[in-house]
Amino acid sequence: MTDAFHLDEALVTRARTAAESIADDIQQHIDAHTTDSTERATLRLLGVVGVNEIDVPLVNVVVEHAHPLLGGGVTAPFVDLMLQTGQGAQEVAEGVAGGALALAPVPTERRVGVEKRAAELAREGVAAIDAVRRRREELVATSGEPLRPYVYVIVATGDIHEDVLQAKAAARAGADVVAVIRTTAQSLLDYVPYGLTTEGFGGTYATQENFRLMREGLDEVGAEVGRYIRLCNYASGLCMPEIAYMGSIERLDMMLNDCMYGIIFRNINMRRTFVDQYLARLLNARAGIIINTGEDNYLTTADAFSKGYTVIASDFINEAFALRANLEKWQMGIGHAFEIDPATPDQVVYQIADAQLVRQLFPEASPKYMPPTKYMPGDIFQGHVIDAMFNFTGIFTGQDVMLLGMLTEALHTPLLQDRYASIRNAKYIFEACRHLRDEVTFKPGGIMETRANDVLAKAVDQLEEVEDMGLFEALSRGEFADVVRDPDGGRGAEGVFGRDDDYFNPFFAELREGRMSGPPTGPPPGNSVAQGKGAS
Amino acid sequence: MIVRPYGDTRDDGVIQFSFTLPVGYSVKAPDIGKQFLEKLGFHSVAIGECTGIDPSFTFYVAYARTDVGIDPDEVKGDYLEVEVMDYYAINALIEKRLGRKLVVVGAAIESDAHTVGIDAIMNMKGFAGNYGLERYPQMDALNMGSQIPCEQLLRTALERNADAILVSQIVTQKNIHVQNLTKLIELLEAEGVRERFVLVVGGPRINNAFAKELGYDAGFGPRSTPLEVASFLAQEIARRADEA
Ligand code: B12
Repeated sequence: MTDAFHLDEALVTRARTAAESIADDIQQHIDAHTTDSTERATLRLLGVVGVNEIDVPLVNVVVEHAHPLLGGGVTAPFVDLMLQTGQGAQEVAEGVAGGALALAPVPTERRVGVEKRAAELAREGVAAIDAVRRRREELVATSGEPLRPYVYVIVATGDIHEDVLQAKAAARAGADVVAVIRTTAQSLLDYVPYGLTTEGFGGTYATQENFRLMREGLDEVGAEVGRYIRLCNYASGLCMPEIAYMGSIERLDMMLNDCMYGIIFRNINMRRTFVDQYLARLLNARAGIIINTGEDNYLTTADAFSKGYTVIASDFINEAFALRANLEKWQMGIGHAFEIDPATPDQVVYQIADAQLVRQLFPEASPKYMPPTKYMPGDIFQGHVIDAMFNFTGIFTGQDVMLLGMLTEALHTPLLQDRYASIRNAKYIFEACRHLRDEVTFKPGGIMETRANDVLAKAVDQLEEVEDMGLFEALSRGEFADVVRDPDGGRGAEGVFGRDDDYFNPFFAELREGRMSGPPTGPPPGNSVAQGKGAS
Repeated sequence: MIVRPYGDTRDDGVIQFSFTLPVGYSVKAPDIGKQFLEKLGFHSVAIGECTGIDPSFTFYVAYARTDVGIDPDEVKGDYLEVEVMDYYAINALIEKRLGRKLVVVGAAIESDAHTVGIDAIMNMKGFAGNYGLERYPQMDALNMGSQIPCEQLLRTALERNADAILVSQIVTQKNIHVQNLTKLIELLEAEGVRERFVLVVGGPRINNAFAKELGYDAGFGPRSTPLEVASFLAQEIARRADEA
């Protein structure tokens, strides 16, 4: 849009200043703590894989053994054992799990050698992630880069084989991003299940093998349709950094990775989540993954019209945490949603205002626009029309990633044909309105510009209040999504450990060094979006 | 009186379809769809759309007619019949019949993380313009939130001496709600306390007959309102008092 909203720039600056200070405050907590999942992710980075005879991941078993030492981190005692035994990471992990080896504090005289070896291992671990990122760049350069907005759909059959089949069908119909929804309540498991899975509820287990299978399927179909097809999953829940690691190695391209979602929507302990999101985001940053933030969810429990500002405030907070974890702006899939009650007069007018506001506040980011869900009716015909207005709003306000709404949202996870119908709806509207945005200007002082400034002003007020009280306090007062959380409550609190002065983990520094930057680029998509042969 | 679907004229029996068959599109694809509908007993099939949406799937939109009809008077079921009262009448009824507050404990149980439904019924601000149960002076209502294990819900209900337990189940994929709801019933029975509570379940895929089959006292479906639920609770408590 050539002539967009006139926003009060002073407010934008105040919003960012407050968000920075909110994040800095929490960063002190993060830097002083580690967690079970952070240490487990570290072991994964060192090369530990697999499960024991009762299906418990080895990283869980080893970290459990390391509990008395966790203030110093698992890395030093673990690498010490590697040096002492001359064995690789996997064998040492098996030895610890089987009881043949025991983790112990590193004697001072061996400390320097251990740290040196650990730093080398960290370089190797991170180099493996870099190699995967380069592979993506090659594939995008050869397969082709989709136009924006990306057409993003979900698969959620529970069975990875069915998911792959449906993901391929979606790509042929025009999808650019496929997200595999996780099974109900996986986020509350304090371990990552292992191997390929065929039974999930409303989604499929996030396992490394499932990631690999889906990646393989999408690469195949990407070559066929002439577009690199992106894969998305969830680095959230109690195993956030471990899943981020798995994604970085299996070439996921996007990750749901919000700094507060688990706290608000899964009642995961906040001290735990903030520490976990940090390593998860460092990994995503390094791997060239686009993160998606989850503000859309606020509007399912709170009212989208009156609490729209909480989305904006939280977007700024997510941005501030993302910057602290080295993410580049293009990697920030800032979340927002089309959730105002369709019965509201001028609903779409307000939705456009809110969506354009996000676009303008985060010009270099890759905003991810979420479809109507809460007010989707069982009447799928009406639902399809509401989704069309969402698609229109998305293309008109220049969003980067459009998670398509499904006409059957109120009924079930998407069927093959539901996804097809949604993609058709979106493709039609995106092409039909591709340049509309460049052709019109907003009326100064009109309903939309006024709404945008009003939402921004309220977001600034909220951010400044949160800055004053601190984010822990804000979450315990239900500032976001109207959900109240206790800093000491929720799941996973027992997995948070204070760091001692000698805490050692070379991956944090290594992940930040020798930064690779920029999004992958490639030729425009091939012309082979399957049009569907048939008779009408 | 027998009725049939009404498309454009009485008794024309017109029905709209959309479905997908796991066959690739070919010249005979339209016939495959047509004959499939005929096998189901429909006639006058008109295929509106028949498109290969993937090399091995064909999507159909079709219209067809049926001669089958139904007599609405013969449809019988276990429907929930509540006489919806107003807020004041409900409070008055509880006060009169129970002589104390009606204690209610509610939660979305087990794996279910959806709170909006149970909140709509229980929280102060309520839903669809009516107050939630927490607002009723004659109720002592506790909404425990979501992902509450059955054991914890029962413990709380016993501690508070609850009269009613309200359960929400939103996710129904692969019948996970049946598993969860059965688990609660089995637990109540194993502890020998099933009869102590009015046991109610709600959610978008719940109806009264289904709830009863599982052993609940009532089931509330989509767009239920706090007034309906509160009216049911008050009347059920009054009924039990009469029986006692
Ligand atoms: C909001 C939402 C979420 C939010 C929930 C936030 C929150 N704190 O509640 C979030 C994002 C967390 C979420 C997560 C998931 N969701 Co969800 N979600 C929805 C959504 C969009 C709206 C639900 C809602 O709030 N409706 C509004 C309320 C007011 O309506 P209601 O729940 O029907 O309640 C009314 C009645 O049913 C009844 N009622 C309900 N409970 C009770 C209880 C009692 C005692 C009584 C009397 C009455 C009653 O009264 C209420 C008022 O009328 C629906 C889609 C839709 N449009 O329905 C999907 C939906 C329910 N979700 C779905 C799924 C699959 C999930 C996930 C499993 C996805 C995943 N794999 O991660 C997770 C579940 C995680 C988990 N562990 O449960 C599916 C369920 C499919 C199915 N049939 O099984 C749906 C239908 C979406 C879809 N099409 O795929 N979800």
